Amino acid sequence: MGQRMNYARRLIPIAVLLALAAFPLSGNDYYIGLAIKIMIYAIFALSLQLLVGGAGLISLGHAAFFGIGAYAAALLSPESEAGGLLWLLAAALGSAAIYALITGALALRTRGVYFIMVTLAFSQMAYYVFHDTDIGGGSDGIYLYFRPQMSLAGWMPFDLENPGVYYLFVLVCLALTWGFLAMLGRSPFGAALTGIRLNEQRMRAAGYSTFPYKLTAYVIGATLAGLAGFLYALKDGFVTPELLTWEQSGLVLLMVILGGMHRLGGAVLGTVTLILLQELFQSQALFGDYAKHWHLPLGLTIIALVALLPNGLAGLPAQWRERRETRRGTSAAPHSSASTVPSSASAGTGPRADASRSRTASSSFAIASPTGTSNNAAAAQSLSIPGGPHA
Amino acid sequence: MMHRALNRALIASALALTTSHVLAADKIKVGFMLPYSGTYAALGTAIENGFKLYVAEQGGKLGGRELEYFKVDDESNPAKASENANRLIKRDQVDVVIGTVHSGVAMALAKAAKSSDTTLIVTNAGADAITGAMCGPGIFRTSFSNWQPGYAMGPVAAAKGYKKAVTITWKYASGEEQMAGFRESFEKAGGTIVKDLTLPFPNVEFQSLLTEIASIKPDMVFAFFAGGGAVKFVQDYHASGLQKSIPLYGTGFLTDGTLPAQGDAAQGLLTTLHYADGLNTPRDNAFRAAYAKAYNNLQPDVYAVQGYDAAQLMQSGLTTVQGDISDKAKFRDAIRSATIDSPRGKFTLSAAGNPVQDFYLREVSGKENKVVDVAVKQLADPAKGCKL
Amino acid sequence: MDTSTFLIQCLNALQHGLLLFLVASGLTLIFGIMGIINLAHGSFYMIGAYMAFALNPLVERWLGGGFVTTLVLCLVLAIVLGYVLEAAFFSYLYRRDHLQQVLMTYGLILVFEEIRSLLVGNDVHGVPVPAWLAGSVPLGDILTYPVYRLFISAIGIGVAILLYWVLTRTRLGMMVRAGASNREMIGSLGIDINRLYRIVFAAGVALAALAGTIAAPVSSVYPGMGNSVLIMCFVVVVIGGIGSIRGAFLAAMLVGTVETFGQVLFPSAAGILVYVLMAVILLCKPEGLFKQG
Repeated sequence: MGQRMNYARRLIPIAVLLALAAFPLSGNDYYIGLAIKIMIYAIFALSLQLLVGGAGLISLGHAAFFGIGAYAAALLSPESEAGGLLWLLAAALGSAAIYALITGALALRTRGVYFIMVTLAFSQMAYYVFHDTDIGGGSDGIYLYFRPQMSLAGWMPFDLENPGVYYLFVLVCLALTWGFLAMLGRSPFGAALTGIRLNEQRMRAAGYSTFPYKLTAYVIGATLAGLAGFLYALKDGFVTPELLTWEQSGLVLLMVILGGMHRLGGAVLGTVTLILLQELFQSQALFGDYAKHWHLPLGLTIIALVALLPNGLAGLPAQWRERRETRRGTSAAPHSSASTVPSSASAGTGPRADASRSRTASSSFAIASPTGTSNNAAAAQSLSIPGGPHA
Repeated sequence: MMHRALNRALIASALALTTSHVLAADKIKVGFMLPYSGTYAALGTAIENGFKLYVAEQGGKLGGRELEYFKVDDESNPAKASENANRLIKRDQVDVVIGTVHSGVAMALAKAAKSSDTTLIVTNAGADAITGAMCGPGIFRTSFSNWQPGYAMGPVAAAKGYKKAVTITWKYASGEEQMAGFRESFEKAGGTIVKDLTLPFPNVEFQSLLTEIASIKPDMVFAFFAGGGAVKFVQDYHASGLQKSIPLYGTGFLTDGTLPAQGDAAQGLLTTLHYADGLNTPRDNAFRAAYAKAYNNLQPDVYAVQGYDAAQLMQSGLTTVQGDISDKAKFRDAIRSATIDSPRGKFTLSAAGNPVQDFYLREVSGKENKVVDVAVKQLADPAKGCKL
Repeated sequence: MDTSTFLIQCLNALQHGLLLFLVASGLTLIFGIMGIINLAHGSFYMIGAYMAFALNPLVERWLGGGFVTTLVLCLVLAIVLGYVLEAAFFSYLYRRDHLQQVLMTYGLILVFEEIRSLLVGNDVHGVPVPAWLAGSVPLGDILTYPVYRLFISAIGIGVAILLYWVLTRTRLGMMVRAGASNREMIGSLGIDINRLYRIVFAAGVALAALAGTIAAPVSSVYPGMGNSVLIMCFVVVVIGGIGSIRGAFLAAMLVGTVETFGQVLFPSAAGILVYVLMAVILLCKPEGLFKQG
């Protein structure tokens, strides 16, 4: 049964991509635009998933790379004609990578919640550079008037101004990103990252120098985020500093967690869910005049989803299966005890006891994968704050 | 079983999302892209109220046809502007877009309207480029360009004998363009701008800049802030005691819609704008009475007038094409050549689509911005970069 | 910049920093003792300000009191709110990891903002400065400094001293400090840690709301005011060291100074400078200025 599951699971990404490819045939311009937005954010979320679910690095500043990619595209494009696609793409990816290299080298010296804060600080810095200085037109943003085109000695293989072509271009980028990250996950590099996420000290004891691995993951994630930003700039031709705010970083983090941070598909699922939820709650057809208060149901839904689905949506089938099994009484021991330590409402003698147990024993990343390996003993980087307040 | 229920729910929501209004083919679709949340929410509501008031006065129809309204909350957020604009233009497929307040949002809206060839009537955003470098045959404005109210104060300040001025505003297009207008006319009349102080939008910590102004000791200060920033700045300026030796002037936004919150701090302030209280013309009196009656004794402001006049623009266009809004060229030409009998006074549109109108000098008296004089008559924006 | 301008800017920096300290002290208490990253902390600041706006006319009409009565009433309400929130929502966050806390409180911000929008609307409001504080003190030849801002600074200093005294010299403070280092031991010593957490959380909320209430007359009351204060708060807490009140104080002063002088000397770079400061400090002292005990 496990093999059939794996086979089916491997088909899902292909099915999703095919569905996306067929979508433009539905004809509605607005929803095609929405699908493009979903694909771009899916690339963004996938890039963050490499950090969060892969290397165990929680970054609250990932939007900076997205914004840098977008601004590179807009700033370097000539005003009155189309720029060169390849070089603009390279510039966007390169700038994001360089910023990641510098800030990552510094940020990775901190751990846990401090790492979160330092990544936030660096993204705020980038935000203020674009917002307060004259580099990018300040808080008003700048425009990209012509989508860049690829021309090989005068011949244009495709025209990005054509909406259908642009759609396929974004889809291909999504497919390549997904495939690349999947391959990376299965490579020795990916295995090393997983080891670092689970127990960095053990990896170091085993002889791995963990810093270069983490930095490489950070830079790769940033580069892919830059790709997403580049595509975003091309979409509407309008780039603002809002793309770099912590709210954006929080949003994409939400997409990764909501979808399930231990599987690549989770990031995509989370993106689709969150963007569709936003559309749903803003829909006047459903909510009439109250649609303008759409932040309220969205906030409540976010709280509920994070509270009830600690493994995200992608982990839902596994969660159901486990609940069925425990109800049936079969002791799939590694699963049920290890699964979702933070959420087991049945166990525990009150929130405080759970809190202390989970804080000392587990960490943010000790979420059991469906293959049954229990992670909570192998507590990776704990985010618990030692000590307490003092005057 | 749970799966099936979930599936049903998903399909239901998907259907709801794609629900389009089944409508009679003869209703004109009007899309409002306005801030319905956030700091500018009151302005958005005023614009919509003004528009709908005029439609009601015409018996609920414009050009003999009924209207169907679509609304999108732009949250005054330029980052989401393209998306929101597309909701109206592509999803709801409106014939005319009315909006918006924030200049950054309006720029993105104008770009989306131009690329889809949709008629756009801008009802507040003053970005010069909208009727400048980004002008288009389908882009109109019933409000002002940022340059105009700034320019209008220059002659007034020079006439009062001021030679050295300091400007202070937020560092974004609206602020910079208004200050540029003031600089042009003030320097032409012999004055000098000693320093341009700015702070990032929407920062409201003015204390250190006020200290800076005190150390520069200019003859006057010229400021632009709007909404919450205007409230705070006027209060801070008053509390700093600078008003006695360095009088404060501003464009109308400094005191429009903010007087109840500013209270005593704003009394006596002089500002320039294309509308004022106490104009006492029959047109304005009728408009104010009708607005108060329709909206629970709420007093109209410049935003309501701008919305009202947007409906008048549409009407002038529709009467010429006899309701056939699909004849875009004729509809737009009619609008461009119309003279609008506005509560603010009569105005026409320049070739670039911006109002050519009188700018009033107003003084804060009680809770009103009372008109004192006409600062500049029939002021036209130079429409830099417009190729129309 | 001449001497008098410089001194006045220092006063500005002091007041700005003290207000920041008020909000940040609440955050560092909650963060340090209970280990909860609460992104909704800025919302408490906003709630305090909106309470000042909403209750001011009511207090005048029904209780005949003035600003101080409103202040006390807002404090009481904030404490109650904190108590209720902790029991109803935040107590469930203890057994969650930081990531989930971040995301759930992110959702909470949205909820608070919309509830505020539904209850009070989206307009910008002003709160009148009480008459007995409305004067100005002349500083230099033409500039006067508002007495109310001196009042804010005074409250900030008062609260700092009060917090220090409570944490170091009272039994409650001792329990609080002990509870943070070893929860189970405290429980086994017979101290009710649940109630302790609730008290601390309520105190944190009250501090933030107090800051909002006293800041309301000088900053306008507007939607989104919570978000702008939140980020600065986190910067202050992280620079100062999570859980350290002393650190929060020092960090708030640093940030206040950098922001005030940066605004005048380098207006385009002012926003970036604070983050540069934070990055530099964290790279030299990865756990903030003052380590925990």
